[in-house]
Amino acid sequence: MGNVVQRRTRGALRRCPFEVCGNMAGLELLSDQGYRLDGRKATELRKVQARMGVFAQADGSAYLEQGNTKALAVVYGPHEMRGSRSRTRHDQAVINCQYSMATFSTAERKRRPHGDRKSTEMSLHLKQTFEAAVMTQLYPRSQIDIYVKILQSDGGNYSVCVNAATLAVIDAGIPMRDYVCACTVGFVDETPLADLCYAEESGGVSSLALALLPRGGQIALLQMDARLHQDHLEALIEAAMTACKGVSKVLDEVVRQHLQEVSVLTGE
Amino acid sequence: MLKSKTFVKKTRSGGVMKIVREHYLRDDIWCGSEVCTECKQESTVLQRDACIESSLCSYPHYLIPDTNVVLHQIDVLEDPVIRNVIILQTVLQEVRHRSAPVYKRLKDIVHEKEKHFYTFTNEHHRETFIEREPGESANDRNDRAIRMASKWYSQHLKTSETGADGLKVVLLTNDQGNKQKAEDNGLLVYKCEEYIKSLIANPELVDHLALSNDEKNEITSSKVLFPEHLPLSKIQAGIKSGSFLQGTFRASRDNYLEATVFVQGEGEDSTEVLLQGLQNLNRAVHQDVVAVQLLPRDQWVAPSSVVLQDEGAAKDDNAEEEDEEKEVTEAARKPTGKVVGIIKRSWRPFCGMLNVAQIKESTRHLFTPADRRIPRIRIETRQAATLAGQRIMVAIDGWPKHSRYPNGHFVRSLGSAGEKDTEQEVLLLEHDVPHQAFSQAVLSFLPKMPWAITPEDMVRREDLRNLTVCSVDPPGCTDIDDALHCRELENGNLEVGVHIADVSHFIRPGNALDKEAANRGTTVYLCGKRIDMVPELLSSNLCSLRSNVERLAFSCIWEMNHKAEILKTRFTKSVINSKASLTYAEAQMRIDDTSMNDDITNSLRGLNKLAKILKKQRIEKGALTLSSLEVRFHIDSETHDPIDLQTKELMETNSMVEEFMLLANISVAQKIYDEFPDCAMLRKHPPPPPSNYDILLKAAKSKEVEIHTDSAKALADSLDVAKVDGFPYFNTLLRILATRCMMQAVYFCSGMDSDFHHYGLASPIYTHFTSPIRRYADIIVHRLLAVAIGADSTYPDLMDKHKQSALSNNLNYRHKMSQYAQRASVAFHTQLFFKSRGILNEEGFVLFVRKNAIIVLIPKFGLEGTVFFDTKDKAAPNLVFDEEIPGVSVPAPDVGPQAKKPKLDR
Repeated sequence: MGNVVQRRTRGALRRCPFEVCGNMAGLELLSDQGYRLDGRKATELRKVQARMGVFAQADGSAYLEQGNTKALAVVYGPHEMRGSRSRTRHDQAVINCQYSMATFSTAERKRRPHGDRKSTEMSLHLKQTFEAAVMTQLYPRSQIDIYVKILQSDGGNYSVCVNAATLAVIDAGIPMRDYVCACTVGFVDETPLADLCYAEESGGVSSLALALLPRGGQIALLQMDARLHQDHLEALIEAAMTACKGVSKVLDEVVRQHLQEVSVLTGE
Repeated sequence: MLKSKTFVKKTRSGGVMKIVREHYLRDDIWCGSEVCTECKQESTVLQRDACIESSLCSYPHYLIPDTNVVLHQIDVLEDPVIRNVIILQTVLQEVRHRSAPVYKRLKDIVHEKEKHFYTFTNEHHRETFIEREPGESANDRNDRAIRMASKWYSQHLKTSETGADGLKVVLLTNDQGNKQKAEDNGLLVYKCEEYIKSLIANPELVDHLALSNDEKNEITSSKVLFPEHLPLSKIQAGIKSGSFLQGTFRASRDNYLEATVFVQGEGEDSTEVLLQGLQNLNRAVHQDVVAVQLLPRDQWVAPSSVVLQDEGAAKDDNAEEEDEEKEVTEAARKPTGKVVGIIKRSWRPFCGMLNVAQIKESTRHLFTPADRRIPRIRIETRQAATLAGQRIMVAIDGWPKHSRYPNGHFVRSLGSAGEKDTEQEVLLLEHDVPHQAFSQAVLSFLPKMPWAITPEDMVRREDLRNLTVCSVDPPGCTDIDDALHCRELENGNLEVGVHIADVSHFIRPGNALDKEAANRGTTVYLCGKRIDMVPELLSSNLCSLRSNVERLAFSCIWEMNHKAEILKTRFTKSVINSKASLTYAEAQMRIDDTSMNDDITNSLRGLNKLAKILKKQRIEKGALTLSSLEVRFHIDSETHDPIDLQTKELMETNSMVEEFMLLANISVAQKIYDEFPDCAMLRKHPPPPPSNYDILLKAAKSKEVEIHTDSAKALADSLDVAKVDGFPYFNTLLRILATRCMMQAVYFCSGMDSDFHHYGLASPIYTHFTSPIRRYADIIVHRLLAVAIGADSTYPDLMDKHKQSALSNNLNYRHKMSQYAQRASVAFHTQLFFKSRGILNEEGFVLFVRKNAIIVLIPKFGLEGTVFFDTKDKAAPNLVFDEEIPGVSVPAPDVGPQAKKPKLDR
């Protein structure tokens, strides 16, 4: 989402003097035939590919690609509280998240990979999401660190981070209530579009990000900062939940696949 | 079924930016043909027996046009004869980038079921997608993609089992290179002209063909008449560096050699650049977006005061410019420039008449558009003899630099000229008024008859059926949208109610009926005809507040004291039962007749009394009373020809109704703005820039009257005292001129603007609430108000300020156009009226003076016309033109009275 804002301000500074510039016609996000810019239909997700256990030294790690958005998640813990002890909770573990974007993740090189307002906000959202999913009460007085890095950004950064982090947490063997799966949906021509890419996100679509615990259908996080009439909200959430369930199927397969590989290695 | 493939694209947007996008290729895109058994499609578009009689292709076939064919020959594609066409996604996208109007028309055709146009998403089909090769231009790549898709189709149709019936695809292209390559690939390919000419059964299609450039239409001598237009990239650079200006080209109505370019500057400051002479106009057509270059200051000129009409190539135009007066005062000179390039054409089909060429066998003819600001167009047709004397539509195809006139092609005929229906059609088309009958989809949302008020309707409504409500309208009005009442309350105060037809109850947001009404924007009143915004069942029956029937209304009720001060305002949805529908004259009679003492009359008297106070207050605040001439025709009930005409009379009751409508509008505007500061639909009237008042000041000065224009109040006051003894009409004339100085009042969305002031009414806030039957803005305002009082629920588009803003732009446009259409209709009827009258002598007033003509107004007929001093066969009298007064003096005293007789020129 950070990209949207950036793009807009830049657009305002450099006005296009012509009415007929190619870009001024705008992009047709959904054609009459029902295809999106990249050839998907409205409800179709981008291709999801993932690997677990990519790093040996961390407790858990995962790499996930959703189309051209690529993220790396690493989990340390649960371990003793580090840094300020005052944050220690006596009944549950503290989850500490850090989100960052690689300087090479966008078309123009990023100056500041983490610590800016967007990243801080994103870290907070991730923290809230995983506090809802991880069974923190099992590890009182301890801390779980989740680090996520976007290697390449093409829309839906938050959701890709959540999906990658879920796999990393599972890889670390930390109990969760369920997979947390996230997906962004946008609303165009009265139709919800699942899993937006960057071109769609920046095309002035009101988008919504939703993190779901699919089995129980509980919503871990719902985030939207665009304007949308409330009549459309339900349809949009419905579409987001369907999309999340689609993601969870893929993740489940990845986990099973990984388990098989690992058990073959260690089983004998 | 999802094949993924990523590809890298570089685009330039200012700097170089690398854009990476995914591009999925699919297996589930079907061919859309009835014949095909392989594709698992649910519905098919293309027919099995795609037969059309052609001497080139005797077999059934589908057409695949390439981008340029679609762009240039859209008129041909629109013809009902052409069916079973495959539009490739590549073509559709290219058309979208190149021309928005053509794209819209193409989409309309695709949506039309009978046309059997199928859109094939070839860019995402696994077998038809191709990648751009190194060194290949984007255009070449697209051409190759089109050939690839054609090839796929021809093979696909062959392999499908029923290939026996010989179904083929035919590629249409005008590009020689493309055609050659396609032939090499073994495709069936024809030039568009070739193919259309081969359609033996439909020779009339040939006329629709646009003239293409490569055919070398040597229409005029190869002498280059115009300077070359600069390419877009140069224009862009020029505008950036400030050496060129971008603006909208506006041709002058009075002089075909003159035009202005309106340059929109930063914020408020915008300038007008004057253009003079064919060379400098450089093939720009009215409303085009052009780039202009300013001439050096010593070449600046003043707007000419000559009225010139293009009489054809007979005149030598250059000579004309030379004898333009050279000694203009420095002050009168305006920034002058020349057109260096066209940024965007806004060509549309134009209505007009064909001037049949002198030579009998010639197939090239000139076409004169009805709009004088459009140049004449040269077209090619073989049916000139039948088209002569008809009103026809013609589209411009291009304007080569060696041609005096643009080239175009015939689109369709509207009927014979001079006939009322044809002329009406012309003026509706020229003013872009949607006037087709309502479609079935629209009509399906009408309430079922017989209609009655149900208890559900009553839930949120107040029952006001017992009130003595009555309506006052012009005679013959069937769409009554307002009614009034006034009664004395027990506490001595007065209760005044304005009841407006509850149209938004019947037109629900988002359905076809609503969309149609939003598009039409307003009802258009022509002489003897009304183009409704909503279907007649609503406009003249269910929504019309007729007497003695129960009708749903939206009421605005005030409690006032006898000094017309508002103590309380209340809005409610209601049910009313009007006791009488009166005309202004009837209402006036009742008020004046002291013997009448019934409820209705008393109510009217109360209203009238309050209205007078309200009007006085309003005028004290500085509201303007302006004047424009409106005439009414008495129309023969059988022949529908005008038999008499009179200017509209204004009675006290007119202003009584108006006063309360204004009050209701202001009250509602305040309410919806309070409730929805971001998305209220309001109406504003910006104050005119001081320079607009020049004509008024000059006119007043000629009679030594002074007009102050510093504020609305000053203007109103000085207009009131501007009287000349022995010239009672002078004041009205000044008011007519003042009206012309004004800006247009416009609708806008409150979230998009900060200046709400209504100059003419001297009100800080204003909207339209009182005529929902004939104006769409009122429907929106009704919906907003209904939400504000909790009588209805909101919907997404109502709360979206951008959509609202787009809607108000459309409404403003429709409103403006409907006014023009109305005026044009009156003008046409005036001419019909005079056709049978011969020469009349009537008193007239000179409005403006030009060098070779004067503009004259005849108040009795509301007629304004140009009177030329020099006619074709008579030389101009020796006149001395004085720019300053302005005036024309005639040295010889015997030519004076000519000005009394306007020449109706058309």
